[in-house]
Amino acid sequence: MKVSVVIFPGSNCDRDVKWAFELCCNADAEMIWHAEKSLPSDTDIVVLPGGFSYGDYLRCGAMAAKSPIMKSVAEFAQRGGLVIGICNGFHILTEAKLLPGALLPNASTKFICRSCQIKIERNDTPFTQLYEKNEIVNFPIAHHDGLFYLDDDSLTKLEESGCVVFRYADNPNGSLKAIAGITNKEGNVLGLMPHPERVVHPLLGGEGGVRFFKGLSKWVKEMR
Amino acid sequence: MMAKNLYGLKEGEYLKIKEALGREPNETELLLFSVMWSEHCSYKSSRKLLSLFPTTGKYVYRGPGENAGIVDIGSGLGIAFKIESHNHPSAVEPVQGAATGVGGIIRDILAVGARPIASMDCLFFGPPEERRTKFLREGVIRGIGSYGNAVGVPTVGGMTYYDPAYSGNPLVNAMCAGLVELDKVVSATAAKPGNILVLVGSKTGRDGIAGAAFASAELDESVKESKPQVQMGDPFAEKLLIECCLEILDKGLIVSMQDMGAAGITSSSVELAAKAKAGAEIYLDNVPLREEGMKPYEIALSESQERMLLAIDETNFGEVRAIANKWGLECAIIGKIIDEDRYVLTHKGEIVADLSASFLASSPETDWPVHKPDEFGVSYPKVEGAALDRSDPSKVVDFLASLPQFEDKSWIYEQYDHMVQTRTTLGPGNPVAILYIKEADKLIALAAASDPWTCAADPFAGGVETVAMAIRKLAVAGAYPLGMTDCLNFPSPEVPENFWIISEVVKGMALACKELNCPIVSGNVSLYNESHEGAILPTPVVCAVGAFDGMHFLKAKGPELSDRLFLVGKEASLQASAYRRYVEGKISGPADPVNFDDERAFIERAIKTAALKLATCGRCVSLGGLALAAIKMASGSKFGLEIKAGDVRFLFGEGGPRALYSVPEAKTSEFLKVWDGFPVKEIGKAREDKNVRFA
Repeated sequence: MKVSVVIFPGSNCDRDVKWAFELCCNADAEMIWHAEKSLPSDTDIVVLPGGFSYGDYLRCGAMAAKSPIMKSVAEFAQRGGLVIGICNGFHILTEAKLLPGALLPNASTKFICRSCQIKIERNDTPFTQLYEKNEIVNFPIAHHDGLFYLDDDSLTKLEESGCVVFRYADNPNGSLKAIAGITNKEGNVLGLMPHPERVVHPLLGGEGGVRFFKGLSKWVKEMR
Repeated sequence: MMAKNLYGLKEGEYLKIKEALGREPNETELLLFSVMWSEHCSYKSSRKLLSLFPTTGKYVYRGPGENAGIVDIGSGLGIAFKIESHNHPSAVEPVQGAATGVGGIIRDILAVGARPIASMDCLFFGPPEERRTKFLREGVIRGIGSYGNAVGVPTVGGMTYYDPAYSGNPLVNAMCAGLVELDKVVSATAAKPGNILVLVGSKTGRDGIAGAAFASAELDESVKESKPQVQMGDPFAEKLLIECCLEILDKGLIVSMQDMGAAGITSSSVELAAKAKAGAEIYLDNVPLREEGMKPYEIALSESQERMLLAIDETNFGEVRAIANKWGLECAIIGKIIDEDRYVLTHKGEIVADLSASFLASSPETDWPVHKPDEFGVSYPKVEGAALDRSDPSKVVDFLASLPQFEDKSWIYEQYDHMVQTRTTLGPGNPVAILYIKEADKLIALAAASDPWTCAADPFAGGVETVAMAIRKLAVAGAYPLGMTDCLNFPSPEVPENFWIISEVVKGMALACKELNCPIVSGNVSLYNESHEGAILPTPVVCAVGAFDGMHFLKAKGPELSDRLFLVGKEASLQASAYRRYVEGKISGPADPVNFDDERAFIERAIKTAALKLATCGRCVSLGGLALAAIKMASGSKFGLEIKAGDVRFLFGEGGPRALYSVPEAKTSEFLKVWDGFPVKEIGKAREDKNVRFA
């Protein structure tokens, strides 16, 4: 499986997610500089990692969404390729209009970093197929702007179309409907605030994220 | 005769400069000396004392003298680490002061070629109920978080201590550790004549020119108005700088490197030149500037953040520039290493300074007079616990536990990303931080310690206790020490009583480092920590790095229901304890006599206890004594603890080699065998509810 991890200036979870893919499913994970115009042709999965792209000095993800590589990422998504945006990567996907909604500052207005109980809403997606439906897993969060927001009508549509994949058990940031992660309608683009790549080793606070990566590997194998 | 403005230089220093030059120094030159010979850059008051520290040992790869010390963890890897103060800037502007403190220490680690992997912050404030403390604390926390989180270096631990002595002069000590491949270590001494000096990073502005050296100097009024006193941090630029420098290093293009901290271009380039026993020419016109009309000394001394100075072969400049451009950073040739002992600044076709590089880099030592104070200790006029019924120990325990000093600090550290880089095995809220070094499949531990109260009551014993406490924390977790970094925060050395205290504290620390086999590999000194509200307590802060033989460590929380509780170690002293401070309102010496045989016996048994998995959890008895150790052990756990209460000394005595262990019934006999020959007392057991009871 070939994973392309995009590095934007200010990304800081790029190496973590690469390591998680390598550790959990022996994937071939390649770092792709944001200024590149195209993704490697054998890419199976694109990851937009967490961090502070462009320092988050403008709206989180707004600058990165205009990076040269994003055109290629959008085309890849349109062709049905799997795209994952974690934390700042989720911001970038919403700014690039590959996902609906926006992520506002946490209700507490403070940065929050801690382990977090996340409910698996759907397990019929490429990202969650190895989890049980309604299972509670521990994925840590670390963000200042994680309050998922969408206007009422769109939110209802989002829920009805089953695009909510992850929900907070205790809603630490005040997200509408406690939404922690969503997909697009087609189900191939995922954005989530929690960090599954931080829980893939028993020495690092648990292995709750291992099935996220193993599930992706299985999915890609079966699609081939 | 009109007094000449010496910009903080002493008259004697000025005369020495004049004699060496054989002429009057011009204003730019005088300013260079005033900064390079300032306490902050030169350690002129503390150098002799610092030479007492042991600096070599089995695991030391690089000792003091480089930007950071490095210890060898095997597998061709090293941990580079250092602690540094940013006290005065944080007192003026807490957010930026703390942020640039974090940024500065990260660049020190980067300068030896290491990837920064963890930070710790040791903070000292006035009483938390004071408005000023609230303002400072909130700002410092925001500064640390906003910088550390964005730059992607996890904040894995630290400490927050309160005492009225820090009301006017808070302390912000930032420690950073980095991971380095030993065959790629960059030395500050490696530059060669002919190497070009390349500045990589942000543009240079007028920020921070009025550093400590200028505090008493009268600068041009127009400059003063336009110049903020504290530098501004840009974590985004720092993140780019880290990745850029590591990429240049990876390509093998760096000969030598320096971060630009205090005194900017001058300090970094003089050090590069002097350490290489050479000289340097600096072309100030080539420095990318943020502002127009900057004077030569402003360019040379600016403390603009997020800049590094690289010495490279001239032929490699194209490649270096291409990498810097990729990361969107400025990159300019601003000088050259030359084969003579000269330090020459040129500006607009003129030589504006022409000095001996070695002379500029070697400030004269200052030896302050010492005088032993008549008495030791601190009185606290306002004591909340004065009205307590001291005959009821549980009331005293409840009172102490309710103090902000002992509150759960998660509200602070949850504002810091303590997990990024996915190495944090044990994060903040624990006596030690433990990091998983994936590259070597090993664990390392970081332990910070400080005991200003024992230092105030009994300086020598306080120095010993500070060092020993960090090593004990490592040992209880199961780690043996590889090396230590220290930050010496003290008031003015010019007061003879102060300098006596500084000397005794350092002697105590040095002896403990020697006796407990933990060399000092890096450090920092911060003097003149005083305000109109008074002087700080003598506050050495240390951070030790430890290693484990296996992959097992002992946690400090979470007793199991079947556990029996053991206290190991002799009765401890109340003299400088939190009990005395908060309940009786006075701490005083002397502390218990130091016994290194006991320390070594403790360390050896503690490491064995962890390695053989003989306890469920364990922790040293430190601030707040046994009572607070028990409460912290049970906090957030499934079960509580029940302890047979003793007298106040038993409950609240602090310091010395002493620890509380929660031991599974089945392991008890083996545990006792390991601790044979050391004082051990069974003092209670785990209980079903979550409470801690003293009955």
